[in-house]
Amino acid sequence: MTQSERLDATFAALADPTRRAILARLASGDATVTELCEPFDMSQPAISKHLKVLEHAGLISRSQDAQRRPRRLEGKPLVEATEWMERYRSQWEANFRRLDAVLKQLTSSRKTTRRPNSLGRPR
Amino acid sequence: MSHSTDIIITTPSDREVAMTRVFEAPRRLVFEAFTSPDLLPQWLEAPGRVMTICEIDLRVGGAYRFVWSGPGKKDVGSYGVYRDVVPPARLVRTEAWEDWDAGEVVVTTEFAGDGPLTTVTVAAVFPSREIRDQVLAAGMKSGAATNYSRLEVVLARLQTVPA
Repeated sequence: MTQSERLDATFAALADPTRRAILARLASGDATVTELCEPFDMSQPAISKHLKVLEHAGLISRSQDAQRRPRRLEGKPLVEATEWMERYRSQWEANFRRLDAVLKQLTSSRKTTRRPNSLGRPR
Repeated sequence: MSHSTDIIITTPSDREVAMTRVFEAPRRLVFEAFTSPDLLPQWLEAPGRVMTICEIDLRVGGAYRFVWSGPGKKDVGSYGVYRDVVPPARLVRTEAWEDWDAGEVVVTTEFAGDGPLTTVTVAAVFPSREIRDQVLAAGMKSGAATNYSRLEVVLARLQTVPA
């Protein structure tokens, strides 16, 4: 998969609340399919379907333990998705810091035209 | 004042990106900064470019057009129509990009608060999940872009989508 396709798969996998709940559960430790079914009012095949999507996105893997086959959370795709967010965030942070400065200037220049004790309300 | 100016970014649905940020100003000023052709170019930049054209017809059905320019870079432009204008609380506009046929994005900006602080929420709904992910993934440093000029547009767009 290309990076763009991986992100695609990651976000598609994260778009479902059950799958996010499964990831949250796995963040606190590996779990078998049976254990993962417990908190959900869902059949094991339904849960397995969600697990397949998560596995395809590389968000989870199966441990070596052949008997129980517990699922494990894989951090890398999440880190990649987070980096994407961080870049988006840092660009907007720069814009919004400039906006802060514009607003500061506006607030102080408009204050001089207001009566004292006006509590900042428009007249 | 003890409040956070962190940006909270979420993906509320698979076609959407939403962003929330608190500003230290009453909302009529914040609304003005988002809609005034004098103020918007003072803060809304694209990577390596400043806004050089800012035309705004602020009424329902009114059009706008923004162009960003930078030394040695291709200009990028976006345009659209205001669908809802409720000063100082709400702004809905469509957005499309010159030289990039990605379809129309609908951007809803909400301004909340009745004191000296204003919470701004910007939500952009893309035509499809594919377009959203394409736009956002292209912002990554090693994104596999084949067309340089389009990458330029996409990167600039990353910066400017939801204002």
